[in-house]
Amino acid sequence: MSEAYTAQELMVTAAAREIRDGELVFVGMRLPILAYGVARSSHAPSARALFELGLMRDVPATAFLATMGDPPNVAGALWATRMSNVMALLAQGIVDLGFIGGAEVDRFGNLNTSYIGGAARPATKLPGSGGGADIAILSRRWVTLMSHERRRLVDRVSYVTSPGHGDGPGWRARMGLSGGGPTAIVTTMAVLRFPEEGGEAYLASVHPGHTVDEVLAETGWALAVAPDVGVTPEPSPQELAEIRRLDPQGFWTARR
Amino acid sequence: MSMAEAVERFVPDGTQVAMGTCLEPAIPFAAGHEIIRQGRRGLTLIGPISDSLFDQLIGAGCAERVCAAWVGNVSEGLGHCYRRAAERGEPHPIEIRDHSNFSISLALWAAAWGAPYMPTRTLLGSDILTTNPDLELVDGSVRIRPVQPDVAVFHVQRSDPAGRAHAWGPLGITEEAGLAARRVIISCEQLVQPEVILSDPNRILLPETKVVAVVHEPGGAHPSPLQGFWRRDHAAYRDYAARSRTAEGFSDWLEEWVLGVPDRATYMARASRAELAVRRHLLSVPVDYGDE
Repeated sequence: MSEAYTAQELMVTAAAREIRDGELVFVGMRLPILAYGVARSSHAPSARALFELGLMRDVPATAFLATMGDPPNVAGALWATRMSNVMALLAQGIVDLGFIGGAEVDRFGNLNTSYIGGAARPATKLPGSGGGADIAILSRRWVTLMSHERRRLVDRVSYVTSPGHGDGPGWRARMGLSGGGPTAIVTTMAVLRFPEEGGEAYLASVHPGHTVDEVLAETGWALAVAPDVGVTPEPSPQELAEIRRLDPQGFWTARR
Repeated sequence: MSMAEAVERFVPDGTQVAMGTCLEPAIPFAAGHEIIRQGRRGLTLIGPISDSLFDQLIGAGCAERVCAAWVGNVSEGLGHCYRRAAERGEPHPIEIRDHSNFSISLALWAAAWGAPYMPTRTLLGSDILTTNPDLELVDGSVRIRPVQPDVAVFHVQRSDPAGRAHAWGPLGITEEAGLAARRVIISCEQLVQPEVILSDPNRILLPETKVVAVVHEPGGAHPSPLQGFWRRDHAAYRDYAARSRTAEGFSDWLEEWVLGVPDRATYMARASRAELAVRRHLLSVPVDYGDE
């Protein structure tokens, strides 16, 4: 990997490019907070952000955020309210894009953030859904970010906290899920995408410094590779400057 | 009323208690720590996410059930006490009723409104439906049974002695938790005269008839932030995450910050640092309630 930026910084800019101008974005926490700031400062100057604890913003907070509830995220907000009002927008289907952090994801984009090894006697108890399941079911589309490890990108998750495309194309419609489901998985090595009609993730681009073979070796299923698989664009100097303005100590971007 | 008296009177063993309802801000840590000091057992913890407070109560053995969307440490990750309880039954097993943030809100609204259930499309296709008995799939939509806390505890910016509380910033699920709860304990940063509160009735959080105790507890939300007063103490969360990784480390932490501390004033004398106090104050413009 280049010395010029960290894997997390590349993930931030890859996530930022998923945000289109004018969109209403359910931002969440950690890297997506930075991705929203990068998108606003570059190609999506009129995007708006929602935070599930009860906030809407346009410009990013002027100081570092370790959580969405840090006071700088409230100062200058467009709306400070209750969670159910923000969830109302999600339930109406007018949130364009959501971000969800994942612990374990499968080939259909289903996320497990609850139990590894079964709910009855879990080997690992993960924190749970938070707003993840709500975003996964109700937002028009969503993107997840995670570390690219074979134990995290699995054939099928053992517990579906936040449903992706279920067992394949058509599953969401059959189950009555209103949103469109996952469109991308941004990892520390690559960007995986899903077909328009849903279904199974494929390798869309590999980050600089990594190879297709390396990605396949760290993926727990036979990952399809796009015929035009490319290299994920590197962060621009302007994007890196924005990330470092929002996260000056590298709290989220591992420059500490 | 002191926090010790409020907990003694209104949070007995077996209570279903809602806390941390604003999500990351305004978490009533002082109340939680007093619950631990008084050795409560058999509590049901109700909340959306819990930024470390539920983890502490579970580690201290106070809880038998968790009814929440997420339990961990928001800036640091996993809840280590929660893991030990769920994976190994230490210090004792807990029952987990998983929710999403939206579904726990709806469960509280159902109780607040006296509704038999709340219908929703969230959780369709999620395994949470199969592992939480309070959720039922009927004719293609989800029915969420009411969740009624015995008591809800909130830390707010200011209250008067009668329990008319002003809270601002994002409220999370505070209103539905307060309306659903049989009783509410208000912990406040500032105890003010009724005239201050009644000058702005739109900002009053809940009907005073719900409130059974008002505790003047400055710093009662530390290490969580409180708009206008306190920044989040990220270092305290990091320290807790590191030390709670083992049961022994958690015991040491608990002794230092909870069991060995008589009250919140003593705690804040140790925990408070100058940089945690909000320095950039941003006052809203008063509104006019003029009437004739």
